Amino acid sequence: MPKVIGAVDINIERCKGCDLCVAACPADVLLLQPKEVNDRGYHFAYTANPDKCIGCAACALVCPDACITVYRKKID
Amino acid sequence: MSYEDIKKPENIVYQRPALLNGNHMHYCPGCSHGVVHKLIAEIVEEMGLQDKTIGIAPVGCAVFAYNYVDIDWIEAAHGRAPAVATAVKRLNPDRMVFTYQGDGDLAAIGTGETIHAANRGENIAIIFINNGIYGMTGGQMSPTTLEGMKTSTSPYGRRIDLNGYPLPITNLLVGLDGTCYVTRQSVHTAAAVRKTKAAIKQAFKNAMEGRGTSVVEVVSTCNSGWKMTPVQANDWMVEHMFKKYPIGDLKNTVNPAPAAHAKGVETHPKQ
Repeated sequence: MPKVIGAVDINIERCKGCDLCVAACPADVLLLQPKEVNDRGYHFAYTANPDKCIGCAACALVCPDACITVYRKKID
Repeated sequence: MSYEDIKKPENIVYQRPALLNGNHMHYCPGCSHGVVHKLIAEIVEEMGLQDKTIGIAPVGCAVFAYNYVDIDWIEAAHGRAPAVATAVKRLNPDRMVFTYQGDGDLAAIGTGETIHAANRGENIAIIFINNGIYGMTGGQMSPTTLEGMKTSTSPYGRRIDLNGYPLPITNLLVGLDGTCYVTRQSVHTAAAVRKTKAAIKQAFKNAMEGRGTSVVEVVSTCNSGWKMTPVQANDWMVEHMFKKYPIGDLKNTVNPAPAAHAKGVETHPKQ
């Protein structure tokens, strides 16, 4: 049974911290930075649990600022 | 396996569409406009229409759409996008012409232009962002504001006796012979985004093939105007907006029943 693992890259300078990706993620991978902010003053999203990512791209689809790149790889 | 092994170009399943340029969008965090802009960029790229697409921008929050999607744009006077699109499409019949309008533009000041362009069956696609509020000017009541919904000009909620009923203008367009495809979608979940993408793609195809006017209403949120967080606004939209504006295809004369066809395929088991 091939296992699928994923990874996401977030462009933190483009992120506006809207929280939609965090709500959309089915695997609880993403969270907003509680204290740190980007140059524009937004609490950007980061991968809090990168091991759980399944590469489903739900976060990237709902992102209004198109700042998420999703990777997925099958491991036999 | 390390993450550097996964983060390789051949493993990319989703990335920022190339037609979205580098400008930061001026929209509030969590605004549905960003998602629909992204979908338009993806679809135009996939259909290879970058040199053939002319977008007509409205007055409203999306007035700066030309700043973000790298195609040709014309900025129309308030509500007049379908009229401008009519002229552009008639003079350039080989181009894909679409309008991108909000509810204050399409359903209020531009009601006449919208209905007559659809009634003439102009070969354009109309993308209608319906969030029930005038977002750009500070959250005033719009024709599509729900009954009881609080806005800055209806602080105690919209009253039917004073302000009339919410206007489901997409339903009006269904009855016109000029429209070939009328649908209502949303972009609050990944599945909904995929469906909206298919709907806009169908609308753009219809415009290129000259089948008549296609209307894609996207029921959206305006979390700043609604005074909520983006996630709360999505929940509120599902709970309240979908009652008045239910999601789904309202009219499709091009592919009359794609669902029935798909069902038919499933009922024949593989030999």
